[in-house]
Amino acid sequence: MAAPKKLRVGIFSFTGDEGCVITLLEALNYKFFEWKDKIDIVYARTLRSKNDASNLDLAFVEGAISAPAEEAKLREIRANSKVVVAIGTCAINGLPSAQRNNFPDGLKKEIQPLVQKLGQFERMKAPTEVVKVDEQVPGCPMLETGFVQVVEKYIAQMEVG
Amino acid sequence: MHGSHGDLDLSIENVAKIEGHTNLDIVVRGGQVMDVKLKISENKRFYTQAIRGKPFASMPQLVSRICGTCSIAHLTCCIEAVENALHFDPSPQTTLLRRLALAGLMIRDHALHLYFFSLPDVLGIDSVLELADSNPALVKTAFEVKAAGNALSTLVSGRAIHGTIQMVGGFANVPTREQSAAVLAKLKAVRPAVLDLIKVYAEWPETFLSESNYVALVTQNYDFLEGEIMDSRGVCVPEKHFWNHLNRVIIPYSNATGFQFEGQPYKVGALARMNLNRGKLHRDTRASASDSLKLFPSKNVFHNNLAQAIEVLHCLDSAVEILESTDFRKEPVPRLAPRAGEGIGVIEAPRGILYYLLELDKAGNVVWGNLVIPSAQNQINMERDIGDFLPKLLGQPKEEIAYALEKLIRAYDPCMSCATHFLKVNWL
Repeated sequence: MAAPKKLRVGIFSFTGDEGCVITLLEALNYKFFEWKDKIDIVYARTLRSKNDASNLDLAFVEGAISAPAEEAKLREIRANSKVVVAIGTCAINGLPSAQRNNFPDGLKKEIQPLVQKLGQFERMKAPTEVVKVDEQVPGCPMLETGFVQVVEKYIAQMEVG
Repeated sequence: MHGSHGDLDLSIENVAKIEGHTNLDIVVRGGQVMDVKLKISENKRFYTQAIRGKPFASMPQLVSRICGTCSIAHLTCCIEAVENALHFDPSPQTTLLRRLALAGLMIRDHALHLYFFSLPDVLGIDSVLELADSNPALVKTAFEVKAAGNALSTLVSGRAIHGTIQMVGGFANVPTREQSAAVLAKLKAVRPAVLDLIKVYAEWPETFLSESNYVALVTQNYDFLEGEIMDSRGVCVPEKHFWNHLNRVIIPYSNATGFQFEGQPYKVGALARMNLNRGKLHRDTRASASDSLKLFPSKNVFHNNLAQAIEVLHCLDSAVEILESTDFRKEPVPRLAPRAGEGIGVIEAPRGILYYLLELDKAGNVVWGNLVIPSAQNQINMERDIGDFLPKLLGQPKEEIAYALEKLIRAYDPCMSCATHFLKVNWL
């Protein structure tokens, strides 16, 4: 008999404080055993060293996009995932991590040498500006209940389909 | 391994099971360690600049976003600095609530590190989640201990991450008896599991002895809040003078700044606190962990894990005592009058001393700030420890050397979101 189907889930952190991934881990405090036969967390650098980002059903993305390497990684995630979920306001509109976009001119000038030296974009981007995002979970950090709803929506779809 | 015997070029990219992103580059020639570079690769978010011009009342919620995992530490330290600048002393109840907030943070943050980041190293597995079917009791325990800390933080700070009710001047809300009772039950329920966790780390044979100078805020009741800064050699510095004893070190290949204390590398965090302040642990903790406490003072870098586990117990015991003995009453949060001046906040965050200096103008807006972050302080010491640990590993297969180094780095529990955020090892 074939193994029961599980959603392949990836969790990705770009520029930010990782508060959304910490929130996600807090949701697992009470959801892990309920979900364990329905989802397979195959990519999560906070939880494992051996990670696999191929053929994802659900990709959760936190943080804003600072540099070309991050943008390329995000496009790769998009190409390898059926559903991309932007978690938290950094992933939805860039803030607060992209706060330097809104700095007054004087401050922008002050940080310019460092931005250049580190190879960061002149203007940071939200993941939603870079790729098509299928779901958003707002909040800073993301709303735990919103995250649970998204996972359960796709578990239900999988079970019907 | 490339080249002749005794040569090694190793590059570990993006070390897993830590907070944030870091790479490590290593060069060994003829059995000699030629180069070790710990490159914190987190992208900058420019909080030092972002705080300028902002009103003091908005500061705690802004700086909370520096770090998702230890946001309560940033909140608390920033509030202390603002109150110091405004010559305001918080009420005894507010101080008690801040102790509880930090206890909840320590329990949750240490539990995440001990069960999810480091325990796989003890068990020789990749992830604790692998044990869902073979050892569900352990996985359940891991989540329950973390959840108990979360419940305490939520009770006191409104939520565990970016808590909403901790403000300059006081707390917007206080726990009711009923709410406290529910959290007390959770804290008490996990105590036996925490004793098991202490035993696991006390018995873990992994050892690397490091000649480090330990620096910590030594506090009266191990409350992470108020005290004097001390080091292993007996140097004692008042909180307000800490900066005068630091050298800021630019590390060209790292996105985070390094620090020296009294001109030397140093180590902050749970091991430093345990080495310098364990006599002030809660009496119940000292009684229950007496065997493990005999291992301190310790030079073993891996004992940072054991120190964290003992701190989890201490925070449980302290929180239980405070919650059982206190009826919290709603106190109005005072509207503090702005005034020009500098303020300093120093607390112990989960990973060590956190220092905030804020200068306010007469309207109460921030002129500038100077933030000293635990993982940045440990950066130079950690790099030196990696270089000293490496010769003991040479001759082993490359993958095993990389794994041993990652374990050492994880024992430090670095947080790169904070430091600027953490690890890729690049074997060059």
